[in-house]
Amino acid sequence: MTEAAIETLTQEPERPRRKILPWKLSEGFVAALPIIILLFIGFIGPMALVLIYSFMPRGSFSIPESPSLENYVDIVEQDFYISFGWSLFLAFISVVILLIACYPLAVALRRVKGRRAHLLTLLIVAPLFVAENIRLQGWVLFFDKGGFLDGALKVVTGLETGSLVNNVPAIVFGICYIYLPFMLFPILLGLGNVPREAREAAYDLGGSRWRVFRDIELPLAMPGILIGSLLCFVISLGAFNEAKFLGKGVIVTVAQDIESAFTFGQNWPRGSALSVLMIVLAGSAVWLAMRRVNLDRMLGKR
Amino acid sequence: MGTIDRLLTRRLLAAYIAVILVIMYVPMVIVGLASISKSRFFLFPMRRTSSKWYEMTWDSLQVHESFLTSLTIAVCVALISVILAFFGALAYARYDWRGRKLFQQVLLIPIFFPQAVLGLALQLWFNSIGIQMSWQSTVFAQLVWIVPIVTLVIAIQAYGYDSAVEEAAYDLGASRWQIFRTITLPLLGPGIFAGFLFAVLLSWGNFPLAYFTSGADVTVPEWLYGKMIGGYTPMVPAVGLITVVLGGIILAVGLTINGMLQRRD
Repeated sequence: MTEAAIETLTQEPERPRRKILPWKLSEGFVAALPIIILLFIGFIGPMALVLIYSFMPRGSFSIPESPSLENYVDIVEQDFYISFGWSLFLAFISVVILLIACYPLAVALRRVKGRRAHLLTLLIVAPLFVAENIRLQGWVLFFDKGGFLDGALKVVTGLETGSLVNNVPAIVFGICYIYLPFMLFPILLGLGNVPREAREAAYDLGGSRWRVFRDIELPLAMPGILIGSLLCFVISLGAFNEAKFLGKGVIVTVAQDIESAFTFGQNWPRGSALSVLMIVLAGSAVWLAMRRVNLDRMLGKR
Repeated sequence: MGTIDRLLTRRLLAAYIAVILVIMYVPMVIVGLASISKSRFFLFPMRRTSSKWYEMTWDSLQVHESFLTSLTIAVCVALISVILAFFGALAYARYDWRGRKLFQQVLLIPIFFPQAVLGLALQLWFNSIGIQMSWQSTVFAQLVWIVPIVTLVIAIQAYGYDSAVEEAAYDLGASRWQIFRTITLPLLGPGIFAGFLFAVLLSWGNFPLAYFTSGADVTVPEWLYGKMIGGYTPMVPAVGLITVVLGGIILAVGLTINGMLQRRD
């Protein structure tokens, strides 16, 4: 027998997986292709257009003009940083409140077992399917002068609350209410990564409650907490319904500025430039978070 | 930790869940109350109740049309997104391919992108390429946001199944189509159904994307918005409550079917 023949005989058989499914390599791309096309036409294209428009002269309604930076200059000169400041402030404070509210809630939900856990989770998700403006209108009727809270309090105690809407705390409350599920679920997923045994072992070794929380629970649940915080930060950065209904104009958020530039203002380039700045802010936050998190492990854990 | 301590913690946590649940549903209850109040402006405690706002809603042609528009959009969005997302989920969770990590990350961006900005960008886009906006363009706009979500929902199901079953079937001489029909599809069935349900409900409740991309067509959330801004009438809570109840019915029916699907396995 020649050496070559021996080599072929002793060679490990090709991995059966690949032999059976020879189309495996490119299959993923083919399966993803429809969505990739959708995102190109429906997301990347529009975003590119917004980017181009942001460099067009004020008030232009077509693209081929000589590029300029005047929209960005306008934004700085015409005090648009105030709405950016408000949006950033609202987003930041809402994330902090949601973290404090959702962490214990997630811990509590994790302790519930079986069908009941499913039901509770469902009850918390279900309001997401009701249009935001209906739910916010409900809160307005709850907090307004002569509304549910005011009226009920008057009947029971004789005191009045007056109108509790049209101020910043009401807007923060609205944002926290609307986005609560977006903070809760990532934290729930994150807490799923904390093995029971690790916690129990730590207790057995004499760890205090605080130390177990700080050294075991928190680091292991971190990816979920991080995702939840960033998601809530990003979406509340774009909030405008809350400020419109519960704030009734006490403050103006970036999203409202963008909307009015596109609609009443009829100044597409300015709206575009504002959008670009917001996207850069939001996008860099998401990008940073996603790089540090393994999505396969979070969703597919068994 | 002492037993009493532990019991107390458990009680506190349970109470906390209850409080949050109540808060989640307060607006719906208030909307329901406002819709049966007789006076034009909601004042609590209510003096008298009346069903006249529901009668007016029932007689309103605008409301009828907006319900039809919303429903058409929701069904179209759900059907298309389930098909796209089914393959997308396989690419997301099952296949090993070069662009997978990038695909997984990019897919998340539209979900968490501020919807008002996405809606306005799409409006600009449609205007620029000369597309007349109508409910069809809203279907497209909502797909950009909903397809990624449905993909995630189905992907979660796809992570849970063992690809060895498919390979075994292949060994036994099954064709690709047979494998797809008898193994892949049934195994992912519950996920596909859940995705469909999500898509219907999300589209049904969506406001910002529809607002900026629907042209002259008006969905229910848009109709509500117009009335809230342009002059409150108790038809607003009446229509609001009807959408809440309809959404609840869709959800309940969907979950029952889903439960039956799961049990069959």
